[in-house]
Amino acid sequence: MRHRAPNGERREGQAAPRDPQSAIGNRQSVMSGASPWHDALRRLRRNRLAMLGLLILVGFVLSAVLAPWIAPFPFDRTNLQYGAKPPTRTHLLGTDELGRDLFTRILYGARISFAVGILATLVSLSIGVTYGSVAGSKGGRVDHLMMRVVDILYGLPFMFFVIILMVIFGRNILNLFVALGAVQWLTMARIVRGQVLVLKTREFVLSAQAVGASPARLLVRHVLPNALGPIVVYTTLTVPAVMLEEAFLSFLGLGVQPPMASWGSLASEGAAAMETYPWLILFPGLALTATLLSLNFLGDGLRDALDPQITSRR
Amino acid sequence: MLGYILRRVAGFAPVLFVIVSLSFFMMHLAPGGPFDQERALPDQVRANIEARYHLDEPLWRQYLRYLGDVARGDLGPSFRYPDRSVNELLSLGFPVSLTLGLCALGVALALGGAAGILAGLRRNAFVDYLTMSFALFGVSVPNFVLGPILMLVFALGLGWLPVAGWGSWRHLILPSVTLGTFYAAYVARLTRAGMLEVIGQDFIRTARAKGLREATVILRHALPGAILPVVTYLGPASAAVLTGSVVVETIFSIPGIGRYFVGSALNRDYTMVLGTAVFYSVLLLVFNLIVDVLYAYLDPRVQVR
Repeated sequence: MRHRAPNGERREGQAAPRDPQSAIGNRQSVMSGASPWHDALRRLRRNRLAMLGLLILVGFVLSAVLAPWIAPFPFDRTNLQYGAKPPTRTHLLGTDELGRDLFTRILYGARISFAVGILATLVSLSIGVTYGSVAGSKGGRVDHLMMRVVDILYGLPFMFFVIILMVIFGRNILNLFVALGAVQWLTMARIVRGQVLVLKTREFVLSAQAVGASPARLLVRHVLPNALGPIVVYTTLTVPAVMLEEAFLSFLGLGVQPPMASWGSLASEGAAAMETYPWLILFPGLALTATLLSLNFLGDGLRDALDPQITSRR
Repeated sequence: MLGYILRRVAGFAPVLFVIVSLSFFMMHLAPGGPFDQERALPDQVRANIEARYHLDEPLWRQYLRYLGDVARGDLGPSFRYPDRSVNELLSLGFPVSLTLGLCALGVALALGGAAGILAGLRRNAFVDYLTMSFALFGVSVPNFVLGPILMLVFALGLGWLPVAGWGSWRHLILPSVTLGTFYAAYVARLTRAGMLEVIGQDFIRTARAKGLREATVILRHALPGAILPVVTYLGPASAAVLTGSVVVETIFSIPGIGRYFVGSALNRDYTMVLGTAVFYSVLLLVFNLIVDVLYAYLDPRVQVR
């Protein structure tokens, strides 16, 4: 599910400021004393949708972290006699067939979903940045070979390999992080490589090279900090993709195992029972959709704020 | 062009070799086998079963045997359905999955393309905001949430369409929409961006100045340039549609490859899982080649080497 792929392709060639206007804009901001990050933050603040997304996300993350304190019931307490009931005043979002409180289950599910989203993104971030910067800074044949590998991997049905990985190494959460992260790094590698290729020929890098900085130092101190914008933007867009994949696997029964629950496995249970108890699919689905929507708002906002050269596609 | 295609096809061999080897060893290094059950089998029975599937041979012999079989197009027997071969199971499921996948891509291109063109032409107008909000919503609703909800509304509630299963064209509608919505939303965004880029260019002004009808200007002159990003996206999208069909086939009880795949993954049916992965990889390699050729055809600036 690498639906963000064209981003990477568009970005590669566009790393250099194409339109002179924005380059001038940047210089002016430097002269007025505001750092580019400052500038970006101001642009982000003005974007109402992105701020709304951020607000919703902060709310969700906070309630996920505080779940043990704010959840009205223990997450695994069953009440078979009560059974599945629609929302009431005690059970805000209703209960499932075992009488478990759905609101509580969603709160705890959020912990798993966010944890997977963040950790798997970190895995993909580290693989992608390392791979991309090695390819970009080596250049030549090495670069060509490494990018051919990425091209080939792009065309493969990766979720199938994730499923194979999950089957082989057991369905536990740790494997889930690694497996998801291991398949999400391709676009990141392309973006970073494109940035490195452009940045390494810039004067400030050449001058650092001339005074004898080692290749590793050049990369870490001079090149990567300047590529941070696109990296941050793509990272925000990776989180929803990974969360969606976790939910997808859990929906198929290949992800998080009971009694733990993520939003994906809640939706799966809900889908099985939706004819009689529609709220069981509705609320986990809503929670997941709201989160993904907010992450997309935020990601788009960040892209507009950090990458003024790239016209908004929204 | 022909030389290019041939060279690309020749390039498939090493890629497939790597895929087959990697998945083979991954599968066989895994603890636990397909015939491990709660109750231990008698030794003799177990030995017979292993002999039948050559599991008693050293790993390298099994590997070479599998490579040879795959090269001849034989993906081996299924462990879970002992009287069926993987080839048989795939040929049963593939037409179903292909139909579903193509319909979903069709939905995505038609809906997404139309919405994108409209939004691009009326930039910042109400239509633009409306379609783009829908598009953003579309990329955020997971298909396994959308599917059950569509089913709930249109099949169980209104009774317009069959709930699940496979057979008539009416069975196709809900699954295709479920599977296609995400890509429709993405295609809409790509088309809109492409349209905005193309519409301001000189050759469009020229076309208008010649007095061509607006529809001709849009469809004949602007569209081919505007949909280039969409064509690039088709490769990854088709990979994702195949993956997505796993869930959609499960939700709507459609007898396609995806449903077999999940079943065999859960049951450690190694040959079936391996076979499906290999089969889909070949399919995608071919599809990506078609997309690249199509791209070169649409954009004369692209030189095919």
